[in-house]
Amino acid sequence: MKARSKRLMLVGGGVALLVAAVALVLSAFQQNLVFFHTPTEIAEGKAPVGKTFRVGGMVEDGSIQREADGVTVRFAITDTAKVIPVTYKGTLPDLFKEGKGAVVQGKLEGGVFQATEVLAKHDENYMPPEAAHAVEQAQKASQTLSQ
Amino acid sequence: MIPELGHFALILALVLSLVQAVVPLVGAQRNSAALMAVGRPAAQGQFFFILFSYVCLTWAFIQSDFSVQLAASNSHSETPLMYKITGVWGNHEGSLLLWAMSLSLWTVAVTVFSRHLPDAFLARVLGVLGLVSAGFISFTLVTSNPFERLLPGVAEGRDLNPLLQDPGMIIHPPLLYMGYVGFSVAFAFAIAALLSGRLDAAWARWSRPWTTVAWVFLTAGIAVGSGWAYYELGWGGWWFWDPVENASFMPWLLGTALMHSLAVTEKRGAFRSWTVLLAIGAFSLSLLGTFLVRSGVITSVHAFATDPKRGLYILALLVIVIGASLLLYAARANKLMGGGSFSLVSRETSLLANNVLLTVASASVLLGTLYPLFLDALNLGKISVGPPYFEAVFVPLMTPVVVLMMFGPFLRWKDDDLLAEVRRVAPIFVASVAIGVGSAWAVDHLTWRTALGLSLAAWVVLASLRLLARRLGERAGASAGSRLRSITASWWGMWLAHLGIGIFIIGVTMVGSLDRHLDVKMKEGQHAELAGYTFVFRGVVDADGPNYDAARGNIELVRDGRVLGMLDPEKRLYRAQGMPMTEAALDIGVFRDVYVSLGEQLEDGSWIVSLYYKPFISWIWVGCVLMGLGGIFAAADRRYRRLAARDAAAAVDGRVGAAA
Repeated sequence: MKARSKRLMLVGGGVALLVAAVALVLSAFQQNLVFFHTPTEIAEGKAPVGKTFRVGGMVEDGSIQREADGVTVRFAITDTAKVIPVTYKGTLPDLFKEGKGAVVQGKLEGGVFQATEVLAKHDENYMPPEAAHAVEQAQKASQTLSQ
Repeated sequence: MIPELGHFALILALVLSLVQAVVPLVGAQRNSAALMAVGRPAAQGQFFFILFSYVCLTWAFIQSDFSVQLAASNSHSETPLMYKITGVWGNHEGSLLLWAMSLSLWTVAVTVFSRHLPDAFLARVLGVLGLVSAGFISFTLVTSNPFERLLPGVAEGRDLNPLLQDPGMIIHPPLLYMGYVGFSVAFAFAIAALLSGRLDAAWARWSRPWTTVAWVFLTAGIAVGSGWAYYELGWGGWWFWDPVENASFMPWLLGTALMHSLAVTEKRGAFRSWTVLLAIGAFSLSLLGTFLVRSGVITSVHAFATDPKRGLYILALLVIVIGASLLLYAARANKLMGGGSFSLVSRETSLLANNVLLTVASASVLLGTLYPLFLDALNLGKISVGPPYFEAVFVPLMTPVVVLMMFGPFLRWKDDDLLAEVRRVAPIFVASVAIGVGSAWAVDHLTWRTALGLSLAAWVVLASLRLLARRLGERAGASAGSRLRSITASWWGMWLAHLGIGIFIIGVTMVGSLDRHLDVKMKEGQHAELAGYTFVFRGVVDADGPNYDAARGNIELVRDGRVLGMLDPEKRLYRAQGMPMTEAALDIGVFRDVYVSLGEQLEDGSWIVSLYYKPFISWIWVGCVLMGLGGIFAAADRRYRRLAARDAAAAVDGRVGAAA
């Protein structure tokens, strides 16, 4: 093989490898994005059914209830405008409290959000940005309505 | 008074860093030995003042001087002494000071261990390091002064974040920073080489041990951080693909590519421009990591800063570093052509392929980490990219890397016969797949992922043994002892690190496939079963610590009617911040960990208890230890010292060229 054609094969092979790898990365990226929706958006039917997404807001006061098994928990997430019921099976993060911000990930099934993950945060004064965003959106919307 | 002395010392350090940055660079340009000689004492003086400044800050913490804002926010008179000391870096300002001190320590190491370098080259290296240092010290002084006073002082501090009051936190940040910052040395060598237009094998050889040592620190830092997350966060995960973890993983991936690329540049003179780009890239990713973690764009336990001015400052620093070094690279790229030629089938090609894959892997982490931030910044919606994406990307990207990683060392440099080599390793390959599939079946988890993981692990282990046998067989006739001695430290380093990857894969695959988890409500005397173990709940007692109140559970671990021991997970409430914390309890074993944590107490007095069975999880960290040891062996190779002496002699004669 001539040096020139060898180099061509090397470059060609390298580029092919790179293209394949990038294609893989981008397609995996497309398939695995988790979107975020506010309780208001869910109430308006803007959230996908049967697909994983995230909801953020405040844990509604007085909404936490435990089933007899002790590990299944029901609560509600609100952005102060709309309320979404959530069920979750598992241990809750240390800083999960009524009236505090929370973000849950899971799927919407029959109007109830089946959470697979309740996000733990590391500081009691800290509000998850998604939760803050949801409340802010709802308040903006209500101001627009009242004007 | 002492905090003011610390502040003053830091200002002096800034002045010296500017001297170190400017004078030797000008000296190298003008070929003035007197100006170049300023670099060394300036660097050492800078280190002295930063160290002094750091000790002053630590003093304020130890003395519980709560008129210092930082101590008041991050310490408490009841905090144990150890955590008063480590609390110094458990916050934004202090961790920046630690960053600057690590950089200064690396610089001093360069002045001590690089006496053989040509004066002009060393002057340029020190100049570049001085510039970086000036950037970081001025950042600390301007936006994040750790010595800021709180007037009037407060009687009691707010204590260190309880998550950080842990032995793992004592060593994780310093190790990680030494790794991050260590890539600045590889960067400085690359820039100095670009400035002097001398990118030859000698440059690669000087740069290699520094890069390897930085990589060892980074590996250790990441491993300790992962271990900390595993036992401290209370839910038994060891890697979360959290943006902060990604921030340290990206430079690790690129640093790994850099180490291998440097090897080719040193041995064969090839890949020179690629090596330079990797050196710039690895350091840029370290800076990006610092930006992501410290700017507050990512909210996590690591993000202390919320002041946008700080984020902007690091971002500006990042843009200057990347922009300036790429400009310099573009200006000098024409000098980088050439180098040893090699054929399609050679060790160079396999290293190149792995380099490309590692770079793509690093870019995929970058995409997954930055894209959500990017969308958010542009107000285009909030998304998150979680573990499923990274797993979908990493399995297919890393599979060829691992296969090639073990095949490459069998190949000769420059040119080899593919068919002959394939024929030689084919039996090992087939055996590995058989072992992988067979053991996946044996553990009753025959999924393609488990079979693939175990096959890859078997491939690494078997090929390592074959490689060792072949290396030993090279000197037929010699005694076993002399054959062993004939193997160089750097070869052992390569061998150990690669074997470590195999051990690591076993851990990841087994824990990913076979771990078990149960959340259960338990009352005193009740028991639960998981993975063949019985957990008997013996109730909860009070166990208060120096700065927290705690409830300690007593859980008896039983297997086959035999009591293996007591597990005592705690639920703590740190008094100063009123923050609850879960302390898990572990029964660590060679083939499995049993992991228990307490959830919350219910109204009827029972507790939610989380039980985990984690097979082979320790192998993950054993693998990391082997990788780190491999790095240490490689960096300690005698040949660096021997050749260093030769380079020094040659530099005097002015005839260092591309070594063969």
